[in-house]
Amino acid sequence: MAVVTFVSHDGDTHQAPLEEGRSLMQVATENAVPGIDGDCGGEAACGTCHVVVDPAWAERVGSSEAGEEGMLAMNPEREPTSRLSCQMVLCEAWDGLTVRLPEFQM
Amino acid sequence: MTKIREAITAKVQATIPMERQIQGAHLYDKTRRWVTGTNGQKMFVESPIPPVDDLEIGEIDLSNPFLYRQGRWQSYFERLRKEAPVHYQANSPFGPFWSVTRHADIIAVDKNHDVFSAEPFIVIGVPPRFMDIEMFIAMDPPRHDLQRQAVQGVVAPKNLREMEGLIRSRVREVLDDLPVDEPFDWVQKVSVELTARMLATLLDFPYEQRRKLVQWSDLAASMEQTNGGPSDNDEVFAEMRSTVRELSALWYDKAARLAGGEEPGFDLITMLQSNENTKDLIDRPMEFLGNLTLLIVGGNDTTRNSMSGGVLALNQFPEQFEKLKANPDLIPNMVSEIIRWQTPLAYMRRIAKKDTILNGQFIREGDKVVMWYASGNRDEAVFERPDELIIDRPNARNHIAFGFGVHRCMGNRLAEMQLRILWEELLTRFEDIDVVADPEYVQSNFVRGISRLMVRLTPKATG
Ligand code: HEM
Ligand code: FES
Repeated sequence: MAVVTFVSHDGDTHQAPLEEGRSLMQVATENAVPGIDGDCGGEAACGTCHVVVDPAWAERVGSSEAGEEGMLAMNPEREPTSRLSCQMVLCEAWDGLTVRLPEFQM
Repeated sequence: MTKIREAITAKVQATIPMERQIQGAHLYDKTRRWVTGTNGQKMFVESPIPPVDDLEIGEIDLSNPFLYRQGRWQSYFERLRKEAPVHYQANSPFGPFWSVTRHADIIAVDKNHDVFSAEPFIVIGVPPRFMDIEMFIAMDPPRHDLQRQAVQGVVAPKNLREMEGLIRSRVREVLDDLPVDEPFDWVQKVSVELTARMLATLLDFPYEQRRKLVQWSDLAASMEQTNGGPSDNDEVFAEMRSTVRELSALWYDKAARLAGGEEPGFDLITMLQSNENTKDLIDRPMEFLGNLTLLIVGGNDTTRNSMSGGVLALNQFPEQFEKLKANPDLIPNMVSEIIRWQTPLAYMRRIAKKDTILNGQFIREGDKVVMWYASGNRDEAVFERPDELIIDRPNARNHIAFGFGVHRCMGNRLAEMQLRILWEELLTRFEDIDVVADPEYVQSNFVRGISRLMVRLTPKATG
């Protein structure tokens, strides 16, 4: 089974099945991955689904778009490979993707 | 020491022009009210609001500041969500405006700051001159972003961790002193007091004078021209002058203490003074005043009314209180659900920057557009049995009471923490919190406030 992996701030790992066409935020919240709230339901409008993409994956996954960037820019914990996971739509090629969770969501 | 004190006095005097400005604005406002013949006359006198079904759709006016108090708001919002989710009111006392009442449409507007501007004000009406100090809640990017970045560190979760212990001990003091087995007003003794303590902690404001923060903020947030509230302009201007004086003194006092070798704190002023971009903020008085006032006013009514609303809601849905006592782990989710249920701020206002279409309605450039969070949070398309408080509601966090988009509430984590601590500490002390009289409500179309809530506490049996 294809999976994606979330590494918490304390180093714990959680996995969720990679479901093509769904967002990374959706599979995280549906599989009770702690540390992702997703308050706005995937509208890139709350910033509570922030993840930091493993640099090895950054290029394949791509970078943030304008609206997403506007929200990320307000986050003091923002890092170069930060993304809003609700804007990352999963595809088969992302099998094995690893992202890190910030200590806090906004 | 005297040297420092002298330096402070000298600096405080340097801010007198700011006070003079306010004095001038006050005179202007008085004259205007005299010339227009509105002096001393209330814009709003309460009268019974008819059932919504007695009205034509176009007559529905959500700006009526008594809608919440008279308990008509639910039916008014519900009819609009069903029949006219993007609704035009052509001649309210505040002029024409659009109302957006569905959850999804509100998010669409709140997200889209390119089309819907937060400038110059986020209330339906227009504040009197000079009461319109610049706050970033009413600025569009990029100006908004710079201002917000300067202050948001103080309420960022990292900093809140530093503050949590102090906030908790201040909550405990209040709860330990509450009368038991006799009625008292929860609003004054708990909600207002705890909010004052929270704000004083945030600003490191002289602790004994903390109620001043609440007093200023209450007056400023209830002006009739802005939202139909009852406050008197003369009083507001007088308070405004004392606010300016004391906040400037706070700044210089802090600077002096830091210079004198005191450990830097985790409060707002220290944070501003240690940041390269804001260390001279005091030399930009309007910005200084705007940012501080925004944090005080933004945190005041909202936190207070969530504290009162939670008690009221758990009394209306007593089985939820039983559920809570059986499972205190539900507190964090309940906090979100209480904020949804209360929705302390009814709306935010925008202005269309260009012609646009929203859910089939043609909105013209320059039109006022009001996003009714209080309605979005009761939208049956998103929340099942929306009028009920359900403390383990799975999607409680999808509430819209903090807004969405670049203006999303900056104090959301502080508010959640303050409420979580309150409920954690309440549960260990009290078996019951009974509301013993009908609550009283605030006059406003903006703040959904409870002004009086008589309760009786039953302490937990010990042993
Ligand atoms: C339950 C409590 C609270 C509620 C319901 C609430 C609600 C809101 C809402 C609706 C907005 C505007 C969102 C938008 O335009 O999309 C807002 C913005 C804001 N709030 Fe809160 N608030 C609460 C507590 C606080 C606290 C405790 C503070 C600070 C001490 C605070 C500070 C602010 C600030 C600074 C803004 C402006 C943010 C910006 O424009 O970027 N709020 N709040
Ligand atoms: S879920 Fe709100 S920004 Fe991603």
